[in-house]
Amino acid sequence: MRLRRIKAIAVKESLQIVRDPRSLMIALLIPLMQMFMLGYGVSLDIKHIPLCAYDREGSQESQALLKRFASSQYFSVERVVRDYAELTRAIDDGTCRLAVVVPEGFTKGLNDAGAGTVQVLLDGTDSNTANLAANYARAVVSGYSGDVQLEAVQRKGGTIQTLTPVDVQARVWFNEDLVSRNFIVPGIVALVMAIVGAQLTSLTIAREWERGTMELLVSTPIGPMELMLGKLAPYFIIGMVDAAFCLALAVFWFEVPFRGTLATLLFTTMLFLTVVLCIGYYVSVSIRSQVGASQIALILTMLPTTLLSGFAFPIDQMPPVVQGVTYLVSGRYYVTILKAIFLKGAVLTELALPVLCLSAYAAVMVLLAARAFRKTLD
Amino acid sequence: MISAQMSVKEPTGTDAYVGAQIVVDSLTKRFGDFTALDGVSFEVGRGEVMGFLGPNGAGKSTLIRILCGLLRPSAGRALVAGIDVARDPDAVRRRIGYMSQKFSLYNDLSVIANLRFFGGVYGVPRAMLEQRLRFAIGMAGLAGREDALVATLAGGWKQRLALGAAILHRPAVVFLDEPTSGVDPGSRRRFWDLIHALGADGVSVLVSTHYMDEAEYCNRIALINRGRLIALGTPQELKRGSLDGELLALERDEGVAAAGALLAQAAGVRDVAVFGSGLHVVVDDATRRGPELVAWLASQGVSGTRARRIEASMEDSFVHLVGAASKPEGGAR
Repeated sequence: MRLRRIKAIAVKESLQIVRDPRSLMIALLIPLMQMFMLGYGVSLDIKHIPLCAYDREGSQESQALLKRFASSQYFSVERVVRDYAELTRAIDDGTCRLAVVVPEGFTKGLNDAGAGTVQVLLDGTDSNTANLAANYARAVVSGYSGDVQLEAVQRKGGTIQTLTPVDVQARVWFNEDLVSRNFIVPGIVALVMAIVGAQLTSLTIAREWERGTMELLVSTPIGPMELMLGKLAPYFIIGMVDAAFCLALAVFWFEVPFRGTLATLLFTTMLFLTVVLCIGYYVSVSIRSQVGASQIALILTMLPTTLLSGFAFPIDQMPPVVQGVTYLVSGRYYVTILKAIFLKGAVLTELALPVLCLSAYAAVMVLLAARAFRKTLD
Repeated sequence: MISAQMSVKEPTGTDAYVGAQIVVDSLTKRFGDFTALDGVSFEVGRGEVMGFLGPNGAGKSTLIRILCGLLRPSAGRALVAGIDVARDPDAVRRRIGYMSQKFSLYNDLSVIANLRFFGGVYGVPRAMLEQRLRFAIGMAGLAGREDALVATLAGGWKQRLALGAAILHRPAVVFLDEPTSGVDPGSRRRFWDLIHALGADGVSVLVSTHYMDEAEYCNRIALINRGRLIALGTPQELKRGSLDGELLALERDEGVAAAGALLAQAAGVRDVAVFGSGLHVVVDDATRRGPELVAWLASQGVSGTRARRIEASMEDSFVHLVGAASKPEGGAR
């Protein structure tokens, strides 16, 4: 193996990349677009659920409760209705996802028994949103009841200590919502890198075959490993730039807390990038057509990383057989590592197992990719 | 000037081997049921320009690809610069230059970027590199256009640049697979001057072509048809030895179609082939049979023919040899 030959290939490949600024722009912009699309698309953050209010009592207290719904960022009051027929229409035609009905005698119940009841009607066609909406509604109501209780206690000359921690309960829920995004965005970084990394290299050998330059290349003394290292080097740099973009977006745009060290992040990201670049290269060597190689590389990286890496769908809830399959998905290790670095601030020693697995994966892929290239035409 | 520059030799192991630079022994290549090469044997000496002549699909490219280590032989043996191509293809690759049939430099790179790339891949010593790059650029006639994109070059320049890239590392053997197809005649002549300069410098050149006139520029010619070597020798030997007799050119203003059918039965005629608008007739004695045939044709109702004795061209022997080789085994019916 000679450095000189690797360098010649790397320089040539870089010149070709620079000569084709459109592809370079795509290589750098696509990951940003994917980050935004997936970052917002997969978010569990549901806000401004359209609400229909039906106040049957019309008292000061009932209006105060409904005002709480209106001022909550999770709801927006789309309709105020005066009978059940109108309410049903609002739910039926999809204008509102839920309806809050304050019954007559709500204030009386509050004052006499210390317990008022409100009715919440939910559109169950989207059960996930309905569930969340019900939880948000419960939080709003308990927030209100806490204040009412506090007021009653104070009126009787009591102290703060008797306050029931309803507010605290509500904050837990909000926090949980925040965590779900923090939990998902690092996984999206892994997904975007897997897709883009394999795409970058999937064209590189296929292009030489299609343009007829491969025959000459095969007749030179260049070795398979030299060719691979030279070809991957420029894409490795582009891939690291892409990774930096994605990770910066995660931290500064999506505001995912970053508690780990940059060195750990850099090292593990390089490992993962090596794996996905090699997958793309392997496909490129095997398929010999640019369109075909790009398609196969996309399927090989996007599907397993989306479904089996655990970035959105928890692995421990999968059937045992599928759980076994996830060990073959390189994204699984990187997602685990990223989440741990971001949220727990884990260092390399704490990540020994997934890092070792990812390293082994990278080593196997490098060997496979290098060996896939045969220096003959038949 | 070119050969003077090329005689600057570097002391590499390449030059150590002094025997035949290419030795092909009963080489056979099969693709499934199809036999592309069938027991081909020949040798090419140091500094020899060997031409490979044959119709499309005869097996020329297959043979060159085997010798470059791109294809593995099914049977037989091939040595290039003394090295078995099947056993150590990488050692062979370090000692050869190759121009494939399809132009295969990088169109999206500049002239100099292409040359630097191949200089690096072939491992041209750094001390030699600049001089070799200048030489290749001068040879291609591209001085001053080093930064031009290869895509913008005309065919002749591309071809010479490809040859320049193939010999950057001073290979002992150069394989050129139909290098001049699709290039204008002027560029073809310049290209052949370069090939001869290489030969004069001790480089063995194996070049395939389907242009008959180019074949005459070679030191020796191997005629190949349907995977078999059907003749081997200098252009003169092939032209002389292939014809079983002497050659008459027969012309007639009204056309020779009628004469062609008759001639096969005439006395002393051994072979008849259509050649342009006339006929080439192989006879036992041209001086005697010329007037005889004209008179005989007139008696048969085909008057106005003219016959003159000519020297056989490469095309005559090619047509004759391919015709003879295509006849069923055993020859005579």
